[in-house]
Amino acid sequence: MPRRVIPLKVERPSSLSAEQQSAVLAACTNLKNTPGALLPILHAVQQALKFVPKDAVPLIARELNLSIAEVHGVVTFYHYFLQERPGRHVVHLCRAEACQAVGAVQLEAHAKSSLGVDFHGTTADGAITLEPVYCLGNCALGPSVMIDERLQGRVSPQRFDALMAKARERS
Amino acid sequence: MTNSGDVVRVYVPLDAAARAVGADETAQAIGEEAARRGIQIEVIRNGSRGMLWLEPLIEVELSDTRVAYGPVSAQNVPSLFEAGFTTSTPKRHDLALGVTEQIAYLKRQARLTFARVGVTDPRSLDDYLEHEGYRGLAAAMSMAPADIVARVTESGLRGRGGAAFPAGIKWKTVLGAPGTQKYVVCNADEGDSGTFSDRMLMEGDPFVLIEGMTIAGLATGATHGFIYLRWEYPEAKLALQSAIDAAYARRYLGDDILGSGKRFDLEVRMGAGAYICGEETSLLESLEGKRGQVRFKPPLPALEGLFGKPTVINNVITFASVPIILDRGAQYYQNLGFGRSRGTLPMQLAGNIRNGGLVEIAFGMTLRELLYEFGGGSLSGRPIRAVQVGGPLGAYLPESQFDTPLDYEAFAAIKAMLGHGGIVAFDDTVDMAAQARYAMEFCAIESCGKCTPCRIGSTRGVEVIDRWVAGEDAAKQQTILRDLCETMTYGSLCALGGLTPYPVLSAMNHFAEDFVRPVRA
Repeated sequence: MPRRVIPLKVERPSSLSAEQQSAVLAACTNLKNTPGALLPILHAVQQALKFVPKDAVPLIARELNLSIAEVHGVVTFYHYFLQERPGRHVVHLCRAEACQAVGAVQLEAHAKSSLGVDFHGTTADGAITLEPVYCLGNCALGPSVMIDERLQGRVSPQRFDALMAKARERS
Repeated sequence: MTNSGDVVRVYVPLDAAARAVGADETAQAIGEEAARRGIQIEVIRNGSRGMLWLEPLIEVELSDTRVAYGPVSAQNVPSLFEAGFTTSTPKRHDLALGVTEQIAYLKRQARLTFARVGVTDPRSLDDYLEHEGYRGLAAAMSMAPADIVARVTESGLRGRGGAAFPAGIKWKTVLGAPGTQKYVVCNADEGDSGTFSDRMLMEGDPFVLIEGMTIAGLATGATHGFIYLRWEYPEAKLALQSAIDAAYARRYLGDDILGSGKRFDLEVRMGAGAYICGEETSLLESLEGKRGQVRFKPPLPALEGLFGKPTVINNVITFASVPIILDRGAQYYQNLGFGRSRGTLPMQLAGNIRNGGLVEIAFGMTLRELLYEFGGGSLSGRPIRAVQVGGPLGAYLPESQFDTPLDYEAFAAIKAMLGHGGIVAFDDTVDMAAQARYAMEFCAIESCGKCTPCRIGSTRGVEVIDRWVAGEDAAKQQTILRDLCETMTYGSLCALGGLTPYPVLSAMNHFAEDFVRPVRA
């Protein structure tokens, strides 16, 4: 009887593009010898690709000699790492107490309805992803939002709309 | 520094809060307007003076005194030039605030840790040196490690991150711990809502943090330092990085500090949006590249910390308080304060407050003085009904407790905490049942998941409050919620689950009426 070989590991084809793959590998090569390399690598990947694609996880695991579960565990633990491709602009809206005291709850409702998305959602035109954040350190001049890592204070619903319009113009 | 020739210095803050209300646009407008009028000026981007409601607050240096204007938007800039604000005889202007140091808000403070913030150019090591910078390190260089530790202990400095543990005792443990590799870690994961003193310090005077950490290295034999910084502070990252580069270039960091043969390396590592990473053991896990899950204690980080090595881990303000203690002596610092709380605490006025900002004062002032004499009451003009002190895990205080002095022990006595010095004011439109619910929700979102009381208790807490407010057997829900809070307080592994009951119980105890009727129609 001929021996049947059952492969132990099925290599799933990666959905990463060639550029994405090389960005992930570059981040790993540059940083893998620093102690505690995983977070710096994930930051580098997100900076290059705007998110940490699912298929980057096995690649990073292989490069760092970690299990896929370990890397997945870290990516999913931290709110900052996005697992889906975001819109052209990422808007972090502060939900914390100091901003609540000056109208953040109303701003959140306005943002969701005017953009037509919930938290973690991206607008239909692909322009804006809305994310919650818990304190931006601008607690005396709230409500605060951060647009592509640029802080804005005293954000009224009107100012929010103006900022969104400006962001859309930029892209 | 004295002015050279006719070039007038104009200061426009580079602080994130100032930029968030238009400081960059103001700086640009000033540059353009000056060029258009052919006036020679030098724009310096300083830190913020901490009077945040006046941002962008600009200053002009005239015959060695600085005169302030604020809040100055880009639109106001032409009128300032019309009034000749860069000349020695400026005309009156509506935004003129007079000599900066004489502004009551600033004048009443005891700025020790924040002495240079807003004064110097945070990118300039020379400016730092001219303003008493690196004098603490110079003193430490001539001392034995045990003597440095003893001086920090004598000063009475307690950790400013929130737990208020005596810094000297921590350092002594690390000094005495065996091992060739030790670390110094700065907790710059300032996640508490209502706090921004770490951010302001790192953006406005990054060298003082570097100096404090270097001294900690000399004191304990640690040769490598990490600043664990939250991603939400990109400006602080730039400021720290530029200061670290400057310090390396001039041998204040590296393998031969000021020719002494002593080594201290320092790097910045970014967090990724996890409140729990402000807890020290969870922060260490994160620095090691893992999920930020809380560790069991013991072993203490001082004995087995980062990568299993003895580690000094302190908050930004704690390290930043060290240089002045080394420079001026333990007694100087010890003489300020109240009870067992020595020195100064940078308080942060936030939320619904008219004059929000940073107030560094000696311990002992009452909350009421801070809210009304500094803060000027609420921003909305309505009565202040509740104040949350010490971040999202701090108690909500009603008006009847506003006379509590700012002191770690006095706050502990009323089941509240000073924490990292954040004060968030709410006016009478606040719904305290909603705030209690948010405290539980926040704990559910940010729990690391390691212990059950925090992971499950917080979600159950949200559900119980929802049922209570909906009027489903209210008396029973209240009993369940109190029981749940007890379980979380005594059964949680760290302060997140253990202190979330503070805001919840204080809302129940002081604002019970909000749980039984809808506050707003």
